[in-house]
Amino acid sequence: MITLLSTWTFGLALALVALGVFVSYRLFSFPDITTDGSFTLGAVVAAGLMVAGYDPVVATLAGMAAGAAAGATTAVIHAFLGVEPLLSGILVSTALASVNLVVLGRSNVPLGKVTTLFDAVERTVGPVLARAGVDRTLAGEMARTGFVLLVVAAAATVLYIFFRTRLGTAMRAGGDTPTMARALGRDTGLLTVGGLAISNSLTAAAGSLVAQYQGFADVQMGIGMVVWGMASVFLGNALVGAAGLGTALAAAAAGSVTFRLLVATALRAGLDPDWLKAATAAVVLAALVAPRFLGSRRKP
Amino acid sequence: MLDLDNATVQFQSAGGPVVRAVDGVSLHVPAGQFVVVIGTNGSGKSTLQGSIAGTVRLSSGRVRLAGHDITDWSQHARAGLIGRVFQDPRAGTAGSLTVLENLAVAACRGRFPGFGWATDRRLREEAASRLARIVPGLEQRLDQSIGSMSGGQRQIVTLLMATWHRPELLLLDEHTAALDPAAADRVVQATAGLIREGRLTALMVTHSLAQAASLGDRLILVHRGRIELDVEGPAKRRLTPDDLADRFDALRRADQLDDAAARTLADLYV
Repeated sequence: MITLLSTWTFGLALALVALGVFVSYRLFSFPDITTDGSFTLGAVVAAGLMVAGYDPVVATLAGMAAGAAAGATTAVIHAFLGVEPLLSGILVSTALASVNLVVLGRSNVPLGKVTTLFDAVERTVGPVLARAGVDRTLAGEMARTGFVLLVVAAAATVLYIFFRTRLGTAMRAGGDTPTMARALGRDTGLLTVGGLAISNSLTAAAGSLVAQYQGFADVQMGIGMVVWGMASVFLGNALVGAAGLGTALAAAAAGSVTFRLLVATALRAGLDPDWLKAATAAVVLAALVAPRFLGSRRKP
Repeated sequence: MLDLDNATVQFQSAGGPVVRAVDGVSLHVPAGQFVVVIGTNGSGKSTLQGSIAGTVRLSSGRVRLAGHDITDWSQHARAGLIGRVFQDPRAGTAGSLTVLENLAVAACRGRFPGFGWATDRRLREEAASRLARIVPGLEQRLDQSIGSMSGGQRQIVTLLMATWHRPELLLLDEHTAALDPAAADRVVQATAGLIREGRLTALMVTHSLAQAASLGDRLILVHRGRIELDVEGPAKRRLTPDDLADRFDALRRADQLDDAAARTLADLYV
């Protein structure tokens, strides 16, 4: 039960990556490689601040702000300096590898001696559940899972509301059809900056939460996150659909949890962990190619 | 209203010759005039319109609109004054958004959109009323994804978006070229109606000689980046598609003569 909850918690934390990738890739058609770097950036900034004695909420928000800055930098390089989206993301992500190492000071920092968000939640909610008769260890894990579920639900709700406002709708229009947005007076470069800042702040939040959940921050922890996010978005799309904005956001989050469960099941069934990233890439490839293949088969 | 002063757009590919797509065009369009622009392929008519919209930078010359010198304005800055409808229906609307959401973006044309709810009741009522006036029945589809609508219906919505706030200038870039004849006819009727009712200043590029003869107060024929014919008033009203076809043939013949003459001269002197 605890293992299942732990898998859920991890999948839910990574759902923030899926929401971020949904914003960059689905709304802005921007394959944003910054995701890998900003995930780690969120983790190392939060970890660094917590180790320095800052409140975990402040540390997490600072991690998100750093992620937003990274995303905005990628967008500026693309929109105002004319560099291709993929290359812009690769440049920033490469630079972030150094930034993350400098911020963290070394390749790995344990968080066992600091108070994380999860410690605070466990201390607050755990005893309440324990008094209700839930096993103490299980109560702690339930509190963590519930907390991450609340965070993801709040993030998805805020995204939904924002992208239904006039500014958010203009941003979606700019991502969908830049010619139309420019013809209606929108600076599509600025819209992309805003979109990637939002996207990478969510990814950084995920990095920060994962670091606090697993009890350490590592400069390698973001590798493959953009592929994870895409796999989650595609999987969620296939499972739930993407008829409207709300459904598409829920689908992205559900895709992440489902994908995490699939990964956990595959590992339990004996998949060599060394092959995990390759398996993730294969899932994304299958999700990209299958609809085209099935579509062509259906045509007479 | 709109003034082009010796507008020139020239391109040069690496090692290639300099091509003047727009060659020193000067033009004055008074407020409320509906100008139809025709020309052969590559004549520079779309480049001319692009230089007004801001998609193409002038190599030299100035563009003034409604008292503003907009020569150095960005495309999105000009959108505060200019409404545009494109040839491709997909270029003027966001396919993943609903009809109402597209109109919500248009309702904020040229100003900061703000954080209000995009598709509020007031916009919904206004959109339904305006759509029903143009194509009765379309107002029932406000919540439908615009990507699922036909090209003609999308162009009608784009027209409404471009004129939601009265533009100082409406630019129509072959906006019926990608439509079937019936849909093109409906869009032309809607266009003429909106321009007439709003007394809009409009510049419409078209390939259709029938549209060129029947629509607008003034006709401009562009050839090799220059204005070859500029008629308005009774002379414009008398023009028929056959007259325009004859004019095109004359230009083609002149081009052939020019090329032949160039070859003869080259043979003699090079």
